[in-house]
Amino acid sequence: MSSKTQSITRKRLVSDIIVNGVLLLIVLVWTIPTLGLLVSSFRTRFDIQTSGWWWILPHREWVTVEEMQPDDNLDPDGIMEISGVSGTFEEFREGVSTPDGTKVTWVGNKRLATIQIQERKWVMRTDFTMENYGQVLAGKAYEIQSSDGSIKTVQGDNFTGSFLNSLTIAVPATVIPILIAAFAAYGFAWMSFPGRKPLFTMVVALMVVPLQIALVPILKDYVRLDLNGTFLAVWLAHTGFGLPLATYLLFNYIKGLPRDILESAFIDGASHFTIFTRLILPLSIPALASFAIFQFLWVWNDYLIALVFIGAKPDVQVLTMRIAEMVGSRGSDWHLLTAGAFISMLLPLIVFFSLQRFFVRGLLAGSVKG
Amino acid sequence: MQPIADEKIRPGGFFEWLALTFGRILVSLVVPVVTFTVLILGFRWLRDTVPSGLAEKTTVSLVAIVWGVGGAGILYLISNWLIEKLSPVWVKRLQPFIFVGPATAILTWYLALPTFRSLWISLFDRSGPTEVPLGLLFTAPKEYFAQLSTNFIGLGNYVSVFTERTMITAFRNNLLWIIFGASLAIIFGLLVAVLADRSRFENIAKSLIFLPMAISMVGAGVIWNFMYEVKDIADPQIGLLNAIWVAFGNKPQAWTALITQPWNNIFLIIIMIWLQTGYAMVIFSAAIKGIPDELIEAARVDGATEPQIFFRIMIPYIMGTIITVSTTVVIFTLKIFDIVMVMTGGQFSTHVIATQFYRQAFTSNNKGLAAAIAIVLLITVIPVMIYNLRQFAEEEAF
Repeated sequence: MSSKTQSITRKRLVSDIIVNGVLLLIVLVWTIPTLGLLVSSFRTRFDIQTSGWWWILPHREWVTVEEMQPDDNLDPDGIMEISGVSGTFEEFREGVSTPDGTKVTWVGNKRLATIQIQERKWVMRTDFTMENYGQVLAGKAYEIQSSDGSIKTVQGDNFTGSFLNSLTIAVPATVIPILIAAFAAYGFAWMSFPGRKPLFTMVVALMVVPLQIALVPILKDYVRLDLNGTFLAVWLAHTGFGLPLATYLLFNYIKGLPRDILESAFIDGASHFTIFTRLILPLSIPALASFAIFQFLWVWNDYLIALVFIGAKPDVQVLTMRIAEMVGSRGSDWHLLTAGAFISMLLPLIVFFSLQRFFVRGLLAGSVKG
Repeated sequence: MQPIADEKIRPGGFFEWLALTFGRILVSLVVPVVTFTVLILGFRWLRDTVPSGLAEKTTVSLVAIVWGVGGAGILYLISNWLIEKLSPVWVKRLQPFIFVGPATAILTWYLALPTFRSLWISLFDRSGPTEVPLGLLFTAPKEYFAQLSTNFIGLGNYVSVFTERTMITAFRNNLLWIIFGASLAIIFGLLVAVLADRSRFENIAKSLIFLPMAISMVGAGVIWNFMYEVKDIADPQIGLLNAIWVAFGNKPQAWTALITQPWNNIFLIIIMIWLQTGYAMVIFSAAIKGIPDELIEAARVDGATEPQIFFRIMIPYIMGTIITVSTTVVIFTLKIFDIVMVMTGGQFSTHVIATQFYRQAFTSNNKGLAAAIAIVLLITVIPVMIYNLRQFAEEEAF
């Protein structure tokens, strides 16, 4: 009996280790890419370009422990002897190992040089800086030293403007569709009028229509209305494309509210409008919040709609466009890209972590009904 | 459940019917159109003011937000206030359209009509349908059709969609995206959901895997571009993947570009798996929690092994959810755009349907072909649409 219990306990322990081990592995794979970006955004430009971001962890690296001028009687064209090891100029350029584990390296050209004695040591590269964020946010200039020693000054990126644009687009593009959808959801759920069923059928049908279908015709309309490059154009587009799902989700929620509340309000002589604003909206806050988070993340992270409807106006550009542009034009400026990308993720991550519960609820309402 | 509708409203005569219909259309359109006109003027002005400093820019942003959100809200208030001045019968007749009118109008403009307009545009060559004044149809119908047919190419664009080499590559890539991307996202999602359900670290693990959902595809592109970064073999690798690869004695690779096509697509697809697994996981997790404990316990008592429980009980029990999640992820995958655009811009044979659409519509300026691509995209999701409509028709609520 006791041996059986023991074997069961052992079995459980083994399966526990397997479950948590595999889970840990997956979580690591999922987290490391973001972590790498975050860490890199705080490293100096030089560090990013010359070492992997994981070098902030303890690792062994050649470290210069001594620097000296080469003796005048050394002949760079022949075999030289430095610090007890000998080799040609080319060999010293690569670094010559000494028997005691150090390395002697010739830095510079044949006439003008220093000699470095390097040792392999445990080090961490923890030279962190906020400079990248300064350059990305305020557009501060920074200097690049190129291989031939010349120094070039390059203007940083001004992300503050794009951040404001993203915010100016995301807030109304979240509130307006929810407002319109809530009104419509109430209308469909609690009012009777001719065309109620066909109209709602249209809402359901439009839920899966790919928005690509609308881009060419709507852009045509915008050009005709001289609306391209305005905030309004983008808000309305997001409203239009988000409305079917919003209406459907809110309809399901509002329809499920207890009927007695509404009926007693009616008996008290309240109008539909009063009931909606005073009763239904406050009662629907969980559903509204769920969808709001959903829509906010969607709009904030959107690239295609912004690209199509404000593409031509640089001062209305949103963060995603700015970053995509940077990837294209200065893809190896990792100190700017990492900081910029992280700035663009900051707000979604805050929203996500603080309101995760609502977000999950919204997702569940959208796909596993009933 | 029936909506609150007590007495039937029967319009009296023809004129009343006319007034009623007209009134309803008017009400449906009045809110959006008035809002729109007021807003549009403000926004043209806003666009044309170029803010000089940060303070000014902040002000402009604030004004824009208040203007937009406030405008929409106030116009509902005003139109309702106007309607409620009418006699109760008319309030009853018209008020519903204050509620559903704006939504209907916007949906019609942004999604319903564009479907037909795109279909129409797709029948014409790159310059789109010729603008012919409609009056001509009545005065000189022959002339009207003659002018209209100058750019008309019938199904020509659809032939191009399915025969052009670049388009075929795009379809092949989308297929790869679905085969590897969608299925792996679902499998990983299911795996994590099952594992997390048995772990003490469920919440933290789920949060971390779910986290990429909050990151834009453009941001994800930067993250993974950095993972894939390639340096010359003599320099230290700063991209994690190449660092590991080189540590095993290989040559550094440009993963998304120069390795054997079409396998470079896989490295783009990984990004999508990374983004979508969290979604699948959350839904599966909720579904698994819905499986009654007694069912699993009973199976255990009967001596079922863990894999048996998983395949014979869990999977069949949550099959409905698996189908729903798969559909959603496949639709998402069909429309994938940002990742490809940011990572490769469609170079190295990585174009997909949505990037081809963008390229045709806005770079090559071939509106006809672009519209045809959009219609093909639409056709692929029509089965889902029909399924949704059927589900909806079966619900007794209406």
